Amino acid sequence: MSAKAVKFNKGTKIKKSTGEIIFDIFNYTFLGIITLICLYPLLHVLFCSFSDPITLMKHSGIMFGPLLPATTMGYQLTFQNSNILIGYKNTIFYVVVGTVLNVFFTGIAGYVLSRKDYIWRNVIMAMITFTMFFGGGMIPTYLVVKNLGLYDSRWALIIPGLVTTYNMIICRTAMAGLPDGLIESAKLDGANDFTIFIKIAMPLTKATMAVLTLYYAVGHWNAWFNALIYLRSNDKWPLQMFLRQILIMNNMTEMTDANMQATGDADIVFMARELVQYAVIIVATAPILCVYPFIQKYFVKGVMIGSIKG
Amino acid sequence: MSTQQASGAMPMKKSYRKFTWRNIKKDFRQNYMLTFMILPIVAFYIIFHYGPLYGLQIAFKDYRPSLGYWGSEWVGFKHFIDFFQSFYFVRLIRNTILISLYTLIFGFPAPIIFAILLNEIKVTGYKKIVQTLTYLPYFISTVVMCGMIRQFTRSDGVINDFIAMFGGQRVTMLQEPQYFRSIYVISGMWQQLGYNSIIYLAAISGIDQEMYEAATIDGAGRFQQAMSITIPSLAPTIIILFILRMGSLFSVGSDKIILLYNSSIYETSDVISTYVYRRGILDADYSFSSAVGLFNSIINFTLIMVTNKISSIVSETSLF
Repeated sequence: MSAKAVKFNKGTKIKKSTGEIIFDIFNYTFLGIITLICLYPLLHVLFCSFSDPITLMKHSGIMFGPLLPATTMGYQLTFQNSNILIGYKNTIFYVVVGTVLNVFFTGIAGYVLSRKDYIWRNVIMAMITFTMFFGGGMIPTYLVVKNLGLYDSRWALIIPGLVTTYNMIICRTAMAGLPDGLIESAKLDGANDFTIFIKIAMPLTKATMAVLTLYYAVGHWNAWFNALIYLRSNDKWPLQMFLRQILIMNNMTEMTDANMQATGDADIVFMARELVQYAVIIVATAPILCVYPFIQKYFVKGVMIGSIKG
Repeated sequence: MSTQQASGAMPMKKSYRKFTWRNIKKDFRQNYMLTFMILPIVAFYIIFHYGPLYGLQIAFKDYRPSLGYWGSEWVGFKHFIDFFQSFYFVRLIRNTILISLYTLIFGFPAPIIFAILLNEIKVTGYKKIVQTLTYLPYFISTVVMCGMIRQFTRSDGVINDFIAMFGGQRVTMLQEPQYFRSIYVISGMWQQLGYNSIIYLAAISGIDQEMYEAATIDGAGRFQQAMSITIPSLAPTIIILFILRMGSLFSVGSDKIILLYNSSIYETSDVISTYVYRRGILDADYSFSSAVGLFNSIINFTLIMVTNKISSIVSETSLF
């Protein structure tokens, strides 16, 4: 053990005391347990989703793998459910169109308000900052959206959240870091501010832009509350709303295919419902988890940018 | 802060910032494009942020959609008084504060301790695995998260399997008021522990390594180093985040609670925002729910102002 401890401590010449070794053992184990606790619920759902429904009903306690005989019935039913596909399609629309508009307008706001020679800068900035501290709240906002005729429109999920003030400030800080000379010389070369924004400011702040894109995209992907209050027709619902029906409301018609219910066997329908609930969680979370390793560093970066916004 | 830097960096343009008609015209000649670019954003803020502020007048009226904002009759503070006198008032305040406080007491120190312990891990690979996997729950959507909570807390769910194993009674936890706050706080910690530790890890990585080297030479053990270097160095970050957190003591989001609660556990789970949602959106009682919302906004605003003041005194760092 002590040989190992010395190996860990290559940089320093001092040997570890017994107390430190005990602490190390405790620390590695403790953090390992925390990690398992963070991971296990997802694994549990994953195992359940592939498990044999009859064995699953009788099983109790933690699981180390799918209960055999493994089945993909849950996934088959999930993908047969047209609502899941509609939800996926709508969510992709909201994520793509929403995020593009979000980033574009946040970028513009950040660029204009970072321009030190713009006379309206402080006035507009004050007007925007105030909304961070005091807002109308849920109901007056709802009425504004309704009075504008956005009720039951896809745009109700995109336009009211077009620019997030916090993100705009992050963007503005990044753009304020661009050298003034760069913008001035571009102007001398005949570029107007919009061209400078597109061709110079955006590309030079692309790390920040990536972080903002990520924030907005994940926000759209996870959003459901605005859909709940603004969208009546479910052909416009994002995936999260269908998930809510399946996972929270326990809604049978969304859960199992119509012909599944037509067989009339209550047990089969009940078991299918169980499996679909597990499978749906995996289907809805897998895309995020697949891209997660690649975007993780941007989130970490985002936390840093946010913390030093000043 | 950046405003000061800006005016400091360009002293020659200072005069030009005065709002005289001449300066405005001169600015427009130079920067008309900036004005065109910012117009949609200004319009957005006026419509979607100042519009609701203007609409807040219905909190003092008996709003009827057919009569419009102006046509509806003024009733003064009637809705506020109704709310203060209602049976819900005390319950909503109590639930909001308790959920917020429990989240603070248990959720706030956890990422700090986690970051300090993680910093003591010297095997890079292990550290990376722990970090990656503990950030993971943060990316699960609220709906899925609540769906999982439902599955796990059912009377035949995993948590009850454990309770039964130790001889306890199986209960459907989301039907019993006494479990709600624990479920809310623990699931929140599960989701945010790793992610919230990022900022502390960043602060730790900013600590001057020479301090540790000097301490090692002076014979300080790792425990002593953690106590007298790491924790004091983290103190400013901790204080700022704590003060910030206090500013939102009265705002508990409705998202997660709406997905988890039901009428049998309103006693412990109903908070101001969920009540506003039910009265305003579901019952279409717009004026009353706007009044409740306004009451909450005023408290939030006051708290932010007070905590910001405290922050500027304590740490000489204020947010604005």
